[in-house]
This record gives sequence, C-alpha cells and structure tokens, in this order.
Amino acid sequence: MASEVERIGRERERKDIRDRWLLSAPALVIVFLAAVGPLFVMLLYSFMVKGDYGDVRPGEFSLEGWVSVFFQRDIFDDTLGLADAHLSIIWRSIQLSFLTTVLTLILGFPTAYFIATRPPHTREIWVFLVTIPFWTNLLIRTFAMQQVIRNEGLLNNALIWLGVIERPLQIMYTDTANLLGMTYVYLPLMVLPLYASIEKLDFRLVEAGYDLYATRFQVLRRIVIPLVRPGIIAGSILVFIPSLGAYVIPRVLGGGKNMMLGNLIELQFGAGRNWPLGAAMSITLMALVMVALIVYVRNASRGGAGHV
Amino acid sequence: MKATWMTTTAAAAIAILAGAGAASAAGQLNIYNWGDYTNPELIKKFEQQFDVKVTVTDYDSNDTALAKVRAGGHGFDIVVPSANYVQIWVKEGLLEEARPDQMENFKNVDERWVDVPWDPGRHYTVPWQWGLTGIGINTSVYNGDINTSAIFLDPPEELVGKINVAPEMNDVLFATIKYFGGDWCTEDKEVLRKVRDKLVEAKSKWLAMDYSVTEKLPAGDYAAVYYWNGAIMRSREKNPDIKFGYPKEGFPFFMDSVAILKDAKNAENAKLFMNFIMDPENAALISAFAKYANGIKGSEKFMPPEMQTAPELTVPAEFQSAGEFLESCEPPVQELYTRIWTELQK
Amino acid sequence: MFRSHFDVRAQPGFGLITLFTFFALYLPIAALVVYSFNGSESLSRWDGLSTRWFVAAWHNSAVQDAAVRSLVIALWAAFLATFAATMAALATTRTAPYRGLTFKYALINQPLMVPEIVTAVALLIVFSRIKVWTGYSGLGYLVMAHTAFCIPFAYLPIRARLESMDLTLERAAADLYATRWMTFRHVTLPLLRPGIIAGFMLAFVISLDDVVITEFVKSGGQDTLPTYMLGQIRRETTPEINAIATVFLALSTVLVVVFFFVNRRKT
Repeated sequence: MASEVERIGRERERKDIRDRWLLSAPALVIVFLAAVGPLFVMLLYSFMVKGDYGDVRPGEFSLEGWVSVFFQRDIFDDTLGLADAHLSIIWRSIQLSFLTTVLTLILGFPTAYFIATRPPHTREIWVFLVTIPFWTNLLIRTFAMQQVIRNEGLLNNALIWLGVIERPLQIMYTDTANLLGMTYVYLPLMVLPLYASIEKLDFRLVEAGYDLYATRFQVLRRIVIPLVRPGIIAGSILVFIPSLGAYVIPRVLGGGKNMMLGNLIELQFGAGRNWPLGAAMSITLMALVMVALIVYVRNASRGGAGHV
Repeated sequence: MKATWMTTTAAAAIAILAGAGAASAAGQLNIYNWGDYTNPELIKKFEQQFDVKVTVTDYDSNDTALAKVRAGGHGFDIVVPSANYVQIWVKEGLLEEARPDQMENFKNVDERWVDVPWDPGRHYTVPWQWGLTGIGINTSVYNGDINTSAIFLDPPEELVGKINVAPEMNDVLFATIKYFGGDWCTEDKEVLRKVRDKLVEAKSKWLAMDYSVTEKLPAGDYAAVYYWNGAIMRSREKNPDIKFGYPKEGFPFFMDSVAILKDAKNAENAKLFMNFIMDPENAALISAFAKYANGIKGSEKFMPPEMQTAPELTVPAEFQSAGEFLESCEPPVQELYTRIWTELQK
Repeated sequence: MFRSHFDVRAQPGFGLITLFTFFALYLPIAALVVYSFNGSESLSRWDGLSTRWFVAAWHNSAVQDAAVRSLVIALWAAFLATFAATMAALATTRTAPYRGLTFKYALINQPLMVPEIVTAVALLIVFSRIKVWTGYSGLGYLVMAHTAFCIPFAYLPIRARLESMDLTLERAAADLYATRWMTFRHVTLPLLRPGIIAGFMLAFVISLDDVVITEFVKSGGQDTLPTYMLGQIRRETTPEINAIATVFLALSTVLVVVFFFVNRRKT
C-alpha cells in the first residue's frame, strides 16, 4: 500500500517535471537558436587566424586572439607585456557599470517602494509614468540627456541662474557624463523589477516589526530589503550588464575619447579587423560577468531567496 | 485550449511577417549606402523614370558594410564603399564588373576621376561624392595660421580644451604621420613612436572625438575641428566666423563610389541607376543634399548657388599636392595602427 | 486599525527621492519636446516657435517606414518574449529543485551576459547562411533576434513576482475542483499580472532601443528608427529627430492611456 502511494507520488512528480520542460520549451528554443547557438560560432572564431580584411581564414587555427586579450608585444621594443590598454579599458567599464548600478538602486528603490505603496488603482499609472520616457529609443534619450548636461544646457543654466556656479561645468565628454547617461537610460530597468517585487510585500510583517518597536530604518533593513531581495538582484543584473557593454552612450556623451568595453570590442570587429581578438574579448567579458553574477547571487541570496 | 491559441498566434505572426515587404512596382532596386547620404528627390526621380521601387538602407562604417555583404543573404544590389575599400571589395570578389566606362553617360565623368588607383579606368565603380578632411576654425577664438595640422596636434593656447577630432582612425593617423614627415602605411617605428606620443599628448587638449560638428562648431561648443569639409561648409553657413583650413603637412581625400554587387538580384536596374547618376543634373541632386562635390562635369550649374562658390569645396592650387587618397595598408601595418589607436583611447 | 495615525508603509525621504526621480526622468524628455518646436536648424540654438520639423518628418517617408517597422518588431518581440517568458517562469519557480533547473536559468538569462556586438556578429554569420539557403529575408529574422534578447528581460520581473507568491491560493482552487487551466486563468494569472506587465514593458522598450544587433541582422529595406538615426549621427542631427520622438511619445502615451482605461473597465 505504502509503495503504491510512493509510486503514484513519483509518477506525479515525473509528470510535473515533464510539464515544466514543455512549458519552458519555447523560451529555451528561441534563446538557443538566436542567442546561444551563434555563440559557439564566436568561440570557434576566437581560435582562428584573422583574415586580412576582417572575418577569419577558414580552416586555420591559432591562440593569438586569446593571448592578445591580456598580453601584447610592445609596439616599439618588442617585449612581451600586459596589454595595459585593454586592461584599463576593461577596468573603467567595470567601475562605471558598478557606479551606475549603485546610483540606479539609490534612486530606484525608494521610487519603486513609493509606487508600490500607493493605492492599488493608481500604481499602474505610476508604472506607466516610469516607462513613458523610455518608449523613445536609446539614441534619442542620449541626445536628450546631452541637451541637459551640455555647457549651455539646462543644468548649467539653472546652476548659474541660482548662483551656485559662475562658469558652466564641463560635464559633457567626461566619465561623469557617461555615468549620468547610463543611470538615466537604465533607471527603469531597476525600477520595474523592484516594483514587481515590493508590490507583493506583505505589510503585516512590517507592522509586526513596528509592534516589536523597530525603527523605520530597522524595518527597512531587516524586513523589507531581505523580502524584496529577488527584485534587487534582478534589477542590479538588468542594469549592470548592459552598462558593461554600453556602446552608444560613451560615443555620444563621452565624446568617444575614452572607450568602454563595448567600443573596444566593436573596434576589433570594425576598423581593427581582428575578429579573433574581438571574439576572445567577448568571451572574456562573458566569463567576467558570470563570475560576478555567481559571487553576487551567492552573497545576495543567503537565506534562500533563490537562483538567478 | 492554450495550445490552439498558441498555434493561431504563431500562424498570424508568420502570415504578417511574410506579407511585409511585398512590392508593387515593376522592378526593384536595393541600395546600401551611408546614412543620410542619399537625396530622397534623386530616388523619387529614378523611381518615376524607370518604374522601379527603390529601398535605401543605411550603414555607418565601411567595415560593417563589408562584413554584411561578405556574409551573404543581404539582398542589396548597390553599395557605396570609400576609395580605400574598393580594392578590398574587388579582391574579395564581391563586386560585379559592371563596366560603367562603357555606359552612355560616362562621358560626363571628370577626367580626374577616371584613372583612379582604386579602380583604373572605372570598370567597377562610378563616383558618388568626394571630399577631404581638414581644419575648421572659429576665427573669433583664434586668428593665426589655420592651414596646418598643428591646430589639433600642437594647439595654440586659445584652442586648448575646445577641439574636436573626427573619431576616424585612418584620417587622424594619416595627418599625424604626415606631420612628422612619414608616409602613409609606414612601418618606421621611429615615426610611429613620435606619432603615438604626440597623439597621447594632444588628446589631453581635445574636448571630444565626436561626429556632431555641424551642430557644435557654429554654436561655439567647439572652437576648432579636424573634420570633413562638407560639414565645415554647413557650419560656416550657420556662423560666418567659421573658416576652413587645408593642413599643408598632408590631408586625406576621400571618395565614395557606387558599385554593383556580384550577387545582386536586380543588376539591370542597378546599371540603370549607375548611368542615371552620371547625368549632371542628377549628380547635382546628390551634392545638393549631402553638400560634397561629385565627380561629374557640368553638374555645378545645377547645384545651389552657394555651393558653386564655396571655398571648402574647391582645393586651392597651392594645397592640391598635400592631399592624398589613403590606400588600404597591409594587414600587419593595419594592426600596428589599430593598437596605437586603442592606446590613444584607453 | 489601531494605528490609523501611523502609516506602516511610509519611509522617510522616499517621497522626495521619488519626486526627484520623476523630475530627472522627465526633464530631458521635456527639453526634447520643447526643442522639437524649434525653428532653427540646430538642436541647441532656440530660434522661435515653429512646426517645420514636424512637417519635414511628415514628408520623410524613410523615417515613417523606419518608425512603423520599429513598432511592429517591438510589439511582436515583446509579445512573443513575454509569452515564452511567462511559461518559462511558471516552469522554473515554486518547485523543489529538479535536474535541469539550473541549466534553464543559465540558458534563459544567457542573452544578458553577452555584449550586443558579439551576438550581432554571431547572428550575422548564422542568419546570413540561412537567408541564402531559404531565400527568405523578411522581418522574421529581426523579430527572432529581438525576441531572444527580450526573453530574459521579460522573465526576470515575472519570476521575481512569482517567487514572492506562495501556492496557498492555487491549492485552495484545486481543492475546489478547479481544473489546472481554470486555476491558472482565474488565480495565478491575475496575481501575476503586475509582473507580466512589467515584463512586457521592459521587453518592448528593450526591443525599441536596439541598435547594434538590428544593424547587423537587417536585410535590404529594413532600417528601424534606431539604425536610421545611427546612420545620421555621422552627419547632421536636426530637430527633425526631436519631432519624430515627440510624435512617438504622444502616440505611446495615448496608447498607454487607452490600454489603461480598457483594462480598468474589465477589472
């Protein structure tokens, strides 16, 4: 009898898992065909010999693409050293992306919280208000941002008018411009998942906290934040990774003077005509992202908030 | 129930996607050209004259265009590569030898542009537009000699922090190599070291490496630029203080030429188009839109009057010899140049 | 009830930050809209009120085609991505770990870990072969590529939402002899809606934004608004771009408002 129950239980479980595979099949297939599969081509390319005018030579293999991500012969004295140009560009990208994530979190969390605590029928209006500016595309938004931070722009004019500064601040064409631009552009990617998560928060738990004489800050830190962690993780990932690969913003707001990783990789596939190096850099970047993710998720989800 | 909904949706999706892009005109022609470079009036005129439906698709770099066409399945008939790329396209076997030199309107092509190094005798390509990279200066900020690359390589005090340089690897490296007396595609390490050191030093005095010159030069955001002549002409039209300089040490010419792709599906229409744009009246339409000179004799008189007299478009005799068309360097040299360029922007 | 004077939901300063966020979000947009009525050729110099750029955009058929194409692609990609992502989220949450679960997470989120340019070049290589084989070079490739990179964006908020929902209500429904479909339709789906809406919006926005992948995957006559504008960066950007953006904004605002009211009447 007991074994019969067990058998039925196992069968049900098997059926459940099969259903779950069926349910996730469309997403898995699409992602595989149009995103993962082609990457194997990239991996292959990173081990090939570069063609004279871009692309690769069919059938010739080499490790050179990989070596030159990190090391290079000095242009002038031929000594082998670290590829410091590549490394410093990678480092700048990581720093700026991290700061962008922090800034969007500082602005996005209170905003999402605020929206989630409005009366239910107005919440959707607020969510729409967050997304409306973003129905215009990235390039237009970047141009719009430029309108605000340029020397004769709104920000400088306002500051001068208020008497805070006398001469316009040079924000355009600096890393600050990149940072402001990315924060502006990626902010809704932080707010939306945070909102979805906070909106579901059970405020009876918060109330219980206050009953136990917790301060508002303690409630926030000890109850709210742990409960909405999945949203924080989702938001941070959605902001951090596109920032790492940003291409248009450094070109327009950063004035193209200082590359970020996206521009460096683009250069290899473009005028640099070194596709194997570009491919190897891309895979390096992916590896970096994955390591960062694993570390982040391990730390952030202590307490079992789940995988990402 | 869910399954039915899914299939219906999928079927509808496929139906709509397959239907999009159907054409009604007798023929078709798909042009792949630089963004914002093709006069819509020119296209309309061609469509009406030959009952051909034309699509124009943009690219923003020679390398993207090359990569796409080489990969195949692109559906383009015509492409407009720059001079230093034409030979690559030919070598890679991507261009149709369309023999424009035997076409009816070829007699209109300026002799200067017939025996060009990248296409001797014009067996493959027809001139589209040409221009050069030079110096644009706001004379209310600086009034010294402007016919030199020193403007952006050893900038005078007044211009420090107000310079914009075109983010074009070849144009910038060419001017700098010439500045130190080297030749294009040089591998001479001594020259290249000077080039790198100079660029790194100069970059700290630049404001930007950006494309929005026609906007920011007249507005005063930039006081000096190293940029294409057509854009500087447009800037001058907005702000008469802007002046154009020809770097006497050396400056690069460019010419984009129209070519037909080997796997073009509408090669006949593409040939009609080639012949069509060698008509002076039509060539003038090209220039009137993008503000660069074309290579067709007699087109001047159909151009807007302000273009006929523009000092930016006619190179003075004394600077003629300083200009050079950049050939495509050998791959190892190209790699050296890429690395200098990367170091500049690290 | 006892604490009617004490709002447990409030947090000090959050209102102010929200105010600032919305101000910062709309300031550039406002500038953009104002300058679309600029009479001058320049994006920055104000030269009197004029609608000339709207007229110019209206007569520019390339812009119109590109804009419509962008919208069509974004709607399809967002729809397909949200649909696939919702199912995938249901399949990967609220369960004991099973073999393949981590693999699914990794696969679904994979498009996020790759810089666009990499996917772009990879897709160029693969799709162009397919285009040559099949002879089909329609918008399907772009929709497919967009759907793929939109899926994780749709998936994350939906999953975050699901994860904070427990199974009590669904179990209750099952106890009341609801079929699985009925339970899903009447219990899970309504609860999940905010997540789905957030996911759809994200996917839509991400698809509208895409430049690099589109640039590489597009075939002849398939410029979208972003690739059209990328082509223009090298030359001159006039307030025509602002005018287009303003029209887009107005349209999407109208759409959103209509959607909102239709939706509200139903519930």
